Amino acid sequence: MSKLYSGAEIVFKCLEDQNVNVIFGYPGGAVLPIYDELKNFSSIKHFLVRHEQGAGHAAEGYARSSGKPGVALVTSGPGATNIVTALTDAYMDSVPIVCISGQVPTHLIGTDAFQECDTTGITRPCTKHNWLVKDVKDLAKVIHRAFEVATTGRPGPVLIDIPKDIQFQKTTYNKYKKQKKLNGKVQNHFKQPEIDKLVELMNNSSKPIFYTGGGVINSGPKASDLLRELVSATGFPITSTLQGLGAFPADDNQFIGMLGMHGTYEANNAMHDCDLMINVGARFDDRITGKLDEFSPKSKKVHIDIDPSSINKNVKVDLPIVGDVSDVLSSTLKMIKKTKPNFTKSNKQKISKWWEKIAEWRSINSLNYENSTETIKPQYAVQRLYELTKDKDTYITTEVGQHQMWAAQHYKFNKPNRWMTSGGLGTMGYGLPAAVGVQVAHPNKLVIDIAGEASVLMTMQEMSTAVQYSLPIKIFILNNEYMGMVRQWQELLHDKNYSESYTAALPDFVKLAEAYGCVGIRATTPEELDDKIIEMLNTDRPVIFDCRVDKVENCFPMIPSGKPHNEMLLGPNDQKEKKITGKGKTLV
Amino acid sequence: MSKSKSAYSIPGKIGKMDTHIIVVWVDNEAGVLARVVGLFSGRGYNIESLAVAEVDQKRNLSRITIVTTGTPQVIEQIKLQLKKLVPVHKVADFKREDKNVIFKEMALLKIVGNSSKANKALKACKKFNAVILDKTKKSLVIQVTALRRDIDKLSKNLKSYGLVSASRTGAVAMTRGSDTFK
Repeated sequence: MSKLYSGAEIVFKCLEDQNVNVIFGYPGGAVLPIYDELKNFSSIKHFLVRHEQGAGHAAEGYARSSGKPGVALVTSGPGATNIVTALTDAYMDSVPIVCISGQVPTHLIGTDAFQECDTTGITRPCTKHNWLVKDVKDLAKVIHRAFEVATTGRPGPVLIDIPKDIQFQKTTYNKYKKQKKLNGKVQNHFKQPEIDKLVELMNNSSKPIFYTGGGVINSGPKASDLLRELVSATGFPITSTLQGLGAFPADDNQFIGMLGMHGTYEANNAMHDCDLMINVGARFDDRITGKLDEFSPKSKKVHIDIDPSSINKNVKVDLPIVGDVSDVLSSTLKMIKKTKPNFTKSNKQKISKWWEKIAEWRSINSLNYENSTETIKPQYAVQRLYELTKDKDTYITTEVGQHQMWAAQHYKFNKPNRWMTSGGLGTMGYGLPAAVGVQVAHPNKLVIDIAGEASVLMTMQEMSTAVQYSLPIKIFILNNEYMGMVRQWQELLHDKNYSESYTAALPDFVKLAEAYGCVGIRATTPEELDDKIIEMLNTDRPVIFDCRVDKVENCFPMIPSGKPHNEMLLGPNDQKEKKITGKGKTLV
Repeated sequence: MSKSKSAYSIPGKIGKMDTHIIVVWVDNEAGVLARVVGLFSGRGYNIESLAVAEVDQKRNLSRITIVTTGTPQVIEQIKLQLKKLVPVHKVADFKREDKNVIFKEMALLKIVGNSSKANKALKACKKFNAVILDKTKKSLVIQVTALRRDIDKLSKNLKSYGLVSASRTGAVAMTRGSDTFK
């Protein structure tokens, strides 16, 4: 008779077979049997977080920077509810996460037992799928299926709820063989005529634009390579969403910056005026489109996406291509090489006027700001940080708010998987635990969380995790004492009534760093900024960097509420004429 | 005042609302109905009626029939979102006006009153495949199968003949002819 394993052992057997070597978690009553087995599986390293939300975001950071699924292990009840934010975040931003949660023993389910909650019920709308395992014989099958669901098609989070008695029960385990044929939910059914049509549209266009998103990153490094090849072969301008940054080198001349609410003037105007929009792995999010009925009125729209439900959800498109980005791009490239070997040459003339127009928009220099010699401008801080770290292979995470937008605007990414930010859900407190996960995946790389002081306080406890495992993450706080983005909206929409957006009692971040056992650095003037940043980079331990910046700086350019792409606010002096009134106030 | 609108997509022109019958074949497992129904409530879609039962014990398949209304775009989204659910095998979508599809709902109606009222009630039900399931001197339980609007009308009529209780199912659907939905 073959050997019997307990449910807890099977969990680790499955993780081993899935090549998992890192899990982020927090123990508790309903997962104790699993934690008890941890010692017997040396290939799997557990990172103890300080809050389950931190485990979730760390798993996200790990997944986004490495391309492998992130794994989190939490207990029942509060353990499970605490990770809901991270699961929802991963769901919105398509990050593959496998969450294993403990549950009260099966005979107690439904009795309001201690630390019981309806975990599968609560997480149903924020996971791709979830399972409550009621029979130990199903456990291995469910775990392997969970990995498959999380990582195939449009990636996303899954959850496996395992009652405590199941963790003790024994059954056999068969080694997992990865099936070559994937499940029917994988959508890669694009047809050659669609590619032909795309090439034809590209050939006929005189004002084309590539609009690329996180789907390129999710499709793997090969997709980014193919994108670069295609963009350079066509000579078309390219803009990217927040999530897509890094898929195409930001310092390339064909890259016209990020688009959307805080995107560049040239990117948004090009989106508005183009005659062909090729959406590669983006989803027409409302932060991108602005006013929907005036969104790019004159263009033919192509949408390449692996998720069929993304097609025509917000914006009606002319040519949908459902498939994996790298497969579609590679077919398109092949087609161009085959049928239009001289594409670049013949095309150059045709789109030269378009490039002239773009150059005109570019000359406005919409990311410009008024620098100061007395206070550190937040944009300047990000620019200096970029200049001083650009030669290293740096990984950047962010929290959510003004600092996030400044980071996106002024930090230039040249490689995929180097930029981890919460875009869809907009989770304040994402960046610090995500940085922990990134550093775990890349122990020898420089990992910086560009943070705001309000956001970072939401998950500050994870500094303790970083210290425990000697993860030298750098928390670069643009400290303006305000919830800056909230303050900005209040200034624009609510007559400067800064209701509750000022934090009157902030901790001393340098002392806080010392209390956690890491290093605190503070910069208050532009002159000392470079030296302090260099000091931070030379510190081989976790650092909290308190960068005191201008308290009232606003993030520009900006598409104000309810406006189309071609009506951007360029700076503080621009807003008087374009005051937002009426219905525009009902936005965020 | 400038005509400024929210940065969130504002309700533009709302297209024509159609009634559709969506049929979903799912694995008959715990929570599957909650997934389907939760998708509707979570994304703000309507459910006018719902019928669900296992249809294939061997393959463990259930068939869920949902009557919903929405613009063509919403109906398309409903189908695509349903197809993304892991336990969903296939999704069919019929327009209510579709002549190639049979739609039926069932109702159990309890009439309380003397025999003259009961007879009048029965007569009113005649068109709708009325079957008497229970009969006493003072009461009647009638089963009818018909379309939703017919049953609506019927129950209104029966009020005056002593209808005291009505129990109704959601619609179920089947295509005409030898073809089945693949």
